[in-house]
Amino acid sequence: MKRLINLTPTKTTRWLLGILPFALIILVYIFASDARLAENASDKLLPSFGQMGETIHTYVLEPSKRTGEYLFWVDTYSSLKRLFLGIAIAALIGFTFGLLTGAIPTFYAPVAPLLTVISLVPPMALLPILFIVFGLDELSKVALIVIGVAPFIARDMQRCTQEIPHEQIVKAQTLGASTWQILVRILIPQLLPRLIHAVRLSLGAGWLFLIAAEAIASTDGLGYRIFLVRRYMSMDVILPYVAWITLLAFVLDWLLIKTSHKCFSWHYQKTQ
Amino acid sequence: MTDTTQTTPLITAKNLWKKYGNNVVLERMNISVNAGEFITMVGTSGCGKSTFLKMLLGMEEPTSGELLLDGKPIPNEPDQSRGIVFQQYSVFPHLTVLENVIIAREFEHSPLIGKLFGGKKQKVIEEAKALLDSVGLTPALAKYPHELSGGMKQRLAIAQALIRQPRILLLDEPFGALDPGIRADMHQLILKLWREHNLTVFMVTHDLSEGFYLGTRLWVFDKLRRDPHSPEAYGANITYDLPVTRKKTPLPNELKAPEEIKAAEMAL
Ligand SMILES: Nc1ncnc2c1ncn2[C@@H]1O[C@H](COP(=O)(O)OP(=O)(O)OP(=O)(O)O)[C@@H](O)[C@H]1O
Ligand SMILES: [Mg+2]
Repeated sequence: MKRLINLTPTKTTRWLLGILPFALIILVYIFASDARLAENASDKLLPSFGQMGETIHTYVLEPSKRTGEYLFWVDTYSSLKRLFLGIAIAALIGFTFGLLTGAIPTFYAPVAPLLTVISLVPPMALLPILFIVFGLDELSKVALIVIGVAPFIARDMQRCTQEIPHEQIVKAQTLGASTWQILVRILIPQLLPRLIHAVRLSLGAGWLFLIAAEAIASTDGLGYRIFLVRRYMSMDVILPYVAWITLLAFVLDWLLIKTSHKCFSWHYQKTQ
Repeated sequence: MTDTTQTTPLITAKNLWKKYGNNVVLERMNISVNAGEFITMVGTSGCGKSTFLKMLLGMEEPTSGELLLDGKPIPNEPDQSRGIVFQQYSVFPHLTVLENVIIAREFEHSPLIGKLFGGKKQKVIEEAKALLDSVGLTPALAKYPHELSGGMKQRLAIAQALIRQPRILLLDEPFGALDPGIRADMHQLILKLWREHNLTVFMVTHDLSEGFYLGTRLWVFDKLRRDPHSPEAYGANITYDLPVTRKKTPLPNELKAPEEIKAAEMAL
């Protein structure tokens, strides 16, 4: 008998083992939901898959009676727009600051300590300030994501810039490169795959800040909806919405990996 | 060689010292190197060979004394007059072999975006291809560095260092990580390039036989004074400066374990 650490499941077993926990959770849910509904047909805590399907069907395919909008799609669109905008601005700011502090000592000296302190401020504590300054509309929600995510990206990019071997920077200078040319041709191209990685890591935080901001002040959005229907204990809306958010997060992450692999193949073969 | 290079030495050091804090690395160095020499440097680990190369390169400044290039203080940052090949990390991992070489010309001709297009680029590509051919990398033009063997990577690093036609080539243990057979090829290559490009070469090596085989002049770095209670108190200097007459001997047995520097001193 081999040691446990030396046993590697075959590809098919790995697949089956991977699916197993999901199947188990669904099974347990179905049993629990059936049991509760058998006792009390109007129980709201664990709706059956049929009930959830019906509710979501109306959200997805029927215009709302009050506003005439397809709520599910309006919510998705609003949330994704805020998330993309927030993450894109954060990535741009974080990349610029990380690159410059990492590459240029005269920029590092005044900016790096500030960056460290800023990244320690809990972003949620700033939310009231954002509402006061930017009002309750879109801007403050996007700003929360930016404030929450940009310092992390900046510090990660700073670290990555410093990790690029100094030999390369010296070499570029012996080839006649100026500071600007070193940034444009040596550092930025090598940092882009690392930026995508940092964005992937920060998407979780991005969703957190998005949903929090929407829960507190909004009139649409995925986060707004689940917090709205909580008052009526509408688990038949909340659960599918949560599943949908998870799916969106998964797809975004997958797209980022794929793009990165396609555009920066040299990066992945090197780190293998 | 022009007359000036014969009268003024290419590199002169006058009472050169280098300290890091209290750590004296090099002390009282006085040297003079003419254009066209091939200097090989050996010495115990940590005695300051790389530090000396870094001063020649402009990465480090002398603590005191003078280091002159053509009789003028050596520029205090790296530039295209001095090429370098490190033991590793010398090439750009995100560029193909060809791109790694043409980038030097792109730096030269395109200050704003560092990239060339069209006819200009074509001209540079032709030049780079010829150079890469001379180091035997033609079959690998489109490959990325991670797809190259150690020897090919160093060939690329050398080609890259030569495209801007530096007068001085600095090599810091460039073949240290290569196996003996490949090393022998690299020796022929570097000797060929040294002659063809009229280079002055400074090369650090841990392999004494390599030093004797390649150099026209071999330097042994060591400490002349030692204080057993504070090893940092005194720095190293060039204890032996040996002219090497190139004999028509076959290649030294590369498979021999690299001799200790001590052994060299005994032999002297
Ligand atoms: N940036 C630095 N700051 C402080 N000390 C340094 C620095 N660089 C080198 N040293 C010290 O200078 C001494 C000489 O280092 P150097 O790298 O020149 O040795 P070397 O002869 O190249 O050794 P090796 O053969 O192992 O490469 C060492 O004691 C090292 O600790
Ligand atoms: Mg060294």
